[in-house]
Amino acid sequence: MAYPMAAAVLERELVLYRRLWQASLLGSFVMPVLFLLSIGVGVGAYVGTVEGVSYLAWIVPGVLASTAFQIGVGESTYPVLGDFKWVRAYHAMRATQVMPSDMVLGRQAYLVFRALIAVTVFLVVAALFGGVQSWWAPAALPVAALLTVAVAAPVTAFAASIENDSYFALLFRFFMIPATLFSGVFFPLQQLPEVLRWLGYASPLWHAVELCRAATLGLPTEWPIAVHVAYLLLCAGVGLALAVWRFWVRLGD
Amino acid sequence: MADEPLIYARGLVKRFSRKGAEPFTAVDGIDLDVAAGEAFGFLGPNGAGKSSTMRMIGCVSRPTEGELRILGMDPIRDGARIRSRLGVCPQLDNLDPDLTVRENLTTYARYFGLSREVGRRRAAELLEFVQLADRAEGKVDPLSGGMKRRLTIARALVNEPDLVLLDEPTTGLDPQARHLVWERLYQLKQRGATLVLTTHYMDEAEQLCDRLVVMDGGRIVAEGSPRSLIGQYATAEVVELRFADEVDYSAKLEGIGRLDPLPDRLLLYADDGDGAVSEVHRRGLSPSSVLVRRSTLEDVFLHLTGRTLVD
Ligand SMILES: Nc1ncnc2c1ncn2[C@@H]1O[C@H](COP(=O)(O)OP(=O)(O)O)[C@@H](O)[C@H]1O
Ligand SMILES: [Mg+2]
Repeated sequence: MAYPMAAAVLERELVLYRRLWQASLLGSFVMPVLFLLSIGVGVGAYVGTVEGVSYLAWIVPGVLASTAFQIGVGESTYPVLGDFKWVRAYHAMRATQVMPSDMVLGRQAYLVFRALIAVTVFLVVAALFGGVQSWWAPAALPVAALLTVAVAAPVTAFAASIENDSYFALLFRFFMIPATLFSGVFFPLQQLPEVLRWLGYASPLWHAVELCRAATLGLPTEWPIAVHVAYLLLCAGVGLALAVWRFWVRLGD
Repeated sequence: MADEPLIYARGLVKRFSRKGAEPFTAVDGIDLDVAAGEAFGFLGPNGAGKSSTMRMIGCVSRPTEGELRILGMDPIRDGARIRSRLGVCPQLDNLDPDLTVRENLTTYARYFGLSREVGRRRAAELLEFVQLADRAEGKVDPLSGGMKRRLTIARALVNEPDLVLLDEPTTGLDPQARHLVWERLYQLKQRGATLVLTTHYMDEAEQLCDRLVVMDGGRIVAEGSPRSLIGQYATAEVVELRFADEVDYSAKLEGIGRLDPLPDRLLLYADDGDGAVSEVHRRGLSPSSVLVRRSTLEDVFLHLTGRTLVD
């Protein structure tokens, strides 16, 4: 029974997206490409090569993964809190056959959809600029999908637990920014002192960047592939369980 | 199953735990029986526990104590199955402001697992029913309060429910908008729908309910049809007396009928209002204004609780 109802939740998101997609164009499609070009080409001119490849090609997987990361985090903050507090869409669903698990799964499916179109477009553009060097590159897409859930699910649980949007400032400061800085997006983690490297190891983004880099460049990963994947699965699984629990609690009384 | 009431409750209690304080009892042991085809009301002031009761009936809030059966099923075990046969119009609007009027219905139909085809057909019928067909492709935000309420009612009907729950369906609407909502609800009632509604408007309860309970402080203080409650707790008529001065005339009015002194007026209960007025004048009193009217549920509530319904 859970799956058809989650599909109904996904359908609502898609109907809304059809109306609002233009607003997401800049953030999801244009920014990553501009980023790639300015940093990859601009900074790349000074940096030269990293780990034997052009700097542009080296940051393509990093920017790709952080695109999915940003959709996953960003779309799980205000939109989720808003659907509890202002729109009360989840209260509306609660009065029907839709269960909290359907609400969470439907939303995650939507975010995966959003992330996949963004990273696919990005990957094609990057390939046109010579930023893709392996036939394994499409393997970056499922990694991006997994990363999206690995970050979106715990953030959704957080958004479902707070009353006030000022807590999001904490989330950005203490989670989003460190996770982006120390994730091997712009430089290899090895260049950092041991202590800061652990921030990277804890960040789901670093594990996804490693996997994506292996895919687009055909390079070996830092740790065994299975470990990176397992860590992302763990974040996704724990995040989903937390989110479903917080939805039950919030819609309980 | 056939003769089982749609709502059956015995000793139903809802307590909310509060940080650093005793749990708060919002619903304090109520009994209910609502049969198919009835229009049943909860009448009570803000904070009486109406919404808490409605959310338990709607299977979204767990009873703390007591027995509750909805449509013959257990709300905890069969919550989703029960909800699939309920239509809920909540106290706080929760329409999707970024969807069109029609999409609000078609999307909601999917939450009941209805096919797109059925959803589209029902949406079209229901928009006609609530007189919003001309707004179908428009956004929700520009709709007036009354239109939003009607849309929420239409949405509650999209799964052809056996039981429709309406929590304060007309609160905050102007009189004209209220009448439009009442008309729709009256039509629903004529079609044989089972309606359960809450209100703090006594005229709403009188117009729409076959039977109602008066709630106060989480308890049921009286139960019956509007007419029988008035018969039981009030007289046929009420005389409202106002005096220009601040003098307490209670003693001088002794014996004409039951008296309820309010801050700005005196209520005098009498089966024959005009007779009571003559008696007031015969006693040499000259109130600055005199109004004889039929008793209402407001008077019943005042009598039972010593307070007015809406303040
Ligand atoms: N989720 C909740 N947590 C704590 N107290 C609540 C909650 N919901 C309602 N109450 C309290 O229970 C009482 C009854 O509320 P409610 O059922 O909404 O009354 P009504 O609908 O008759 O106005 C009120 O005093 C309200 O503050
Ligand atoms: Mg209420």
